[in-house]
Amino acid sequence: METRELICIGCPLGCMITVQMEDENVVSVEGNTCIRGDKYARKEVTNPTRIVTSTVKVLHGDKNLVSVKTKEDIPKGKIKDCMRALKNISVEAPVAIGDVILENVVGTGVSIIATKNVEKQ
Amino acid sequence: MLLYDLVIVGGGPAGLAAAASARENGVEKILILERDKELGGILNQCIHNGFGLHTFKEELTGPEYAGRFIEIVKELDIEYRLNTMVMDISKDKVVTAMNREEGLFEIQAKSIILAMGCRERSRGALNIPGYRPAGVYSAGTAQRLVNMEGYMPGKEVVILGSGDIGLIMARRMTLEGAKVKVVAELMPYSGGLKRNIVQCLDDFGIPLKLSHTVVDIDGKERLKGVTLAEVDERGKPIQGTEEYYSCDTLLLSVGLIPENELSRGIGIEMEPVTSGPVVNESLETSIEGIFACGNVLHVHDLVDYVSEEAKTAGKNASSYIKNQRAKGNEHKINLIATEGVRYTVPKYINLEQMDDNLTVRFRVGGVYKNSYISVYYDGERMLHRKKAVMAPGEMEQIKLEKTKLQQYKDLKNITVKIEEE
Amino acid sequence: MYDVVIIGAGVSGCAVARELSKFQVKACVVEKEEDVCCGTSKANSAIVHAGYDAQNGSLMARLNVLGNEMMENLSKELDFPFKRNGSMVVCFRPEDEKKLYDLMENGKKNGVKGLKILSREEALQLEPNLSDEVTKVLYAPTGGIVCPFNLTIALAENANQNGVEFKFNTEVMNIIKQETGYLLKTNQGEIESKVIVNAAGVYADKFHNMVSEKKMHIIPRRGDYCLLDKSAGTHVSHTVFSLPEKNGKGVLVTPTVHGNLLVGPTAIDIEEKEGTATTREGLDKVIEASGRSVKNIPMRQVITSFAGLRAHEDRHEFFIEELKEAKGFVDVAGIESPGLSSAPAIGVMAAEIVKDILDLKQNEEFQAERKGILNPETLSKEERKELIRKNPAYGNIICRCEMITEGEIIDSIKRPIGAKSLDGVKRRTRAGMGRCQSGFCSPRTMEILARELEMDMMDVTKSGGQSKLIVGHIKEEIE
Repeated sequence: METRELICIGCPLGCMITVQMEDENVVSVEGNTCIRGDKYARKEVTNPTRIVTSTVKVLHGDKNLVSVKTKEDIPKGKIKDCMRALKNISVEAPVAIGDVILENVVGTGVSIIATKNVEKQ
Repeated sequence: MLLYDLVIVGGGPAGLAAAASARENGVEKILILERDKELGGILNQCIHNGFGLHTFKEELTGPEYAGRFIEIVKELDIEYRLNTMVMDISKDKVVTAMNREEGLFEIQAKSIILAMGCRERSRGALNIPGYRPAGVYSAGTAQRLVNMEGYMPGKEVVILGSGDIGLIMARRMTLEGAKVKVVAELMPYSGGLKRNIVQCLDDFGIPLKLSHTVVDIDGKERLKGVTLAEVDERGKPIQGTEEYYSCDTLLLSVGLIPENELSRGIGIEMEPVTSGPVVNESLETSIEGIFACGNVLHVHDLVDYVSEEAKTAGKNASSYIKNQRAKGNEHKINLIATEGVRYTVPKYINLEQMDDNLTVRFRVGGVYKNSYISVYYDGERMLHRKKAVMAPGEMEQIKLEKTKLQQYKDLKNITVKIEEE
Repeated sequence: MYDVVIIGAGVSGCAVARELSKFQVKACVVEKEEDVCCGTSKANSAIVHAGYDAQNGSLMARLNVLGNEMMENLSKELDFPFKRNGSMVVCFRPEDEKKLYDLMENGKKNGVKGLKILSREEALQLEPNLSDEVTKVLYAPTGGIVCPFNLTIALAENANQNGVEFKFNTEVMNIIKQETGYLLKTNQGEIESKVIVNAAGVYADKFHNMVSEKKMHIIPRRGDYCLLDKSAGTHVSHTVFSLPEKNGKGVLVTPTVHGNLLVGPTAIDIEEKEGTATTREGLDKVIEASGRSVKNIPMRQVITSFAGLRAHEDRHEFFIEELKEAKGFVDVAGIESPGLSSAPAIGVMAAEIVKDILDLKQNEEFQAERKGILNPETLSKEERKELIRKNPAYGNIICRCEMITEGEIIDSIKRPIGAKSLDGVKRRTRAGMGRCQSGFCSPRTMEILARELEMDMMDVTKSGGQSKLIVGHIKEEIE
């Protein structure tokens, strides 16, 4: 039996949640005040995911960088790989919000998309 | 001299939403004056996500959130000038502005909305002793360098202040390849969102030291390190708790200050607690026809509330310009913030001019658990709402209904306070 | 071979340089920092003292009163801000009032004009925020305030315009007496000169002792200050001193010539000649002591704090003389307060000494006037419009707190002795000196510096040397 301590991020209350795990399975969730806490805790201990945001170089644009994000959340453990994948890429201006900059980043099936418009210079 | 119905000072989230709302309410000649090279304000450098859950029911990044409003402003064909600094505003609403192309020029406005936003408190404001080397940045300056210009201000970072900008920058610097050693917070609680503590610090194993501050800055040319110490209940460093952290960068995220130099120049009455203008129910300042919204009025926690407030300001400016406001200002009701409530926006209500519903926003002065927001009409308690937790980092709000205020004869004061039971 | 090398580009060195440029001379100023005005001259009270406190009969007293008299004309010739706002020395106890009268007598002997003792009531008429403790006041109408940066920079620019060279980032490591003149060993190579002027501030003892057996000892006496926002700048209109203390003139409260409020300094003797770190105790002392003479100082309006070092020689006197034991070596040493006030007179005195040594002839082409960086706020609206039409950079505000335009910043960089760093720009234009302390403008000013000086953003510094502001590009360090 493994015990995991979490702080719920659902609201400012920040409940301290204790999750009991048996192998990969959640046995119990305690300390949460509401159902959101339970849901968060179960996801966080089995499959924590995050949206990653960063920037990518732009060539021939009115700005040198375009801000980007993963279109959906990716496994927490892949954040660093994701950043590494963004290290040496660049895109040609113009770029529009929502444009796909990189498909299937580090095998997650999630695309990196632009979050800002950059005009051609 | 140029003539406009409405001049909006600032093209950030407040200015954009105010402009859109004024146009939707029928104001024709609107001009937004923005000092930066693009619309969107500080959101352009806030490339992280978490914006717009209330407004758009989805999680957007700062530039995306700004992008939505910029699109609306462009669709509504609202005029704007970039790289344009407002130098002065007179009581009779002559705006003097300056840019490269037009030089110094004047605009006569019927109404003005102040939406200049806020700035960061600096090291000087904290009076942190020590040397003054390169490498001490406010978190927002570092955010601009990293997110907009692609530069790293340093490689080994200590952050003072656990407000959201500080937490966000801890993650941004880490992701971009820096080592963030610690985040120190003067208060015994963080001013930031729980979610940011988990996702910006815990995810990367960055320690958060509550009740700690920087007591010395080392390094004559470039920063070499800082000394942290624990503080007592009054915020004074405790001798013997000093701990040295070598680092080349100190980021300060120690509070935001509404940027009201223009407002003071006009002679607008100011509220010392918020450092913003005193406003009435219409978000109108002490000078008729000059309104304020967004972080220049009081520092907000969520941009969604900025947009909402700005929408109200835009609508009220429109009524003013079109001379459609309810007449009379006989019945003035004061809003009194006390016992745990630091301030309210607005600060008073002209009952005749009030809309059917009014949102009153405020912040509390400490952390309260299982306490009540209480609202008294003169001596009588009219609202008693339990909240599981309230903290200074989060804005609170209550709604007032005009009909209820009207029912209460000769109502003079509405008092908002926190009660334990 | 130079005729004269001046060590140190502080206010004294630059004043000597400027006065020397009135003669036909091959002169050079060497400075270990990247700019002028980087040591004692940049961090002080910015006061032009009336001259009542220096001991009658001392060189300090004579040069203070003379420098004070010269400052006004000099400010017009060289276009730097100076204001005769008047000084007050306040007294808290009837039993100390005699000290005020003693000061006044000393001042009168020194030749200070207009000194008088004011009753509490009379003083409050002039300065309503004096504290409740104040019982009597010595009033000195000739006291003034000056911008020490612009004073020093103006002197340097004018000297340069009249032919004096400046070598920065040049640290003198050793001085060797030669048959004629001296050989200076520096980190940038060797320099020969017939005459050396030692205007090295806190390091003046080091250079003096290289050529003389009669040892000099200068101790850096640190003073901590707090600078308040312009919104507090009218809290007092005069410079308000407490009665002098053992180690100096005590804590003062003064408006600055740019409209801020300045409080300080402490007086702490330290070992380290670069020890310009403020301390908690020092800043607290400043806050406490200033509150004693002036009430309700809005300390919440502090925008920055800093420390400066006074070059205190053990004998507490200026030493401006050619050394008998080292001919051709001229000390301009022990220049602590009232050094800034005395600078114009120090310059004249030292230049006279050098002139006599080298038998210099007048420089007929000497240009006495220097024009400062154009401040568009001094123009009428029409003139300002015209300026922007001619040069659009004057329409682009970079520093929002102080309303400094790109035009002014470019001017500060492109001048004869131009700014090379953020602090250089700041001291010349005030960009970054306002309430946000360069939060908004520093990235923009860095870009302008990089562009105008054709250097990489990576090489832009705060104040020269290793004070780089950016250490790399994003993602570089991701493995």
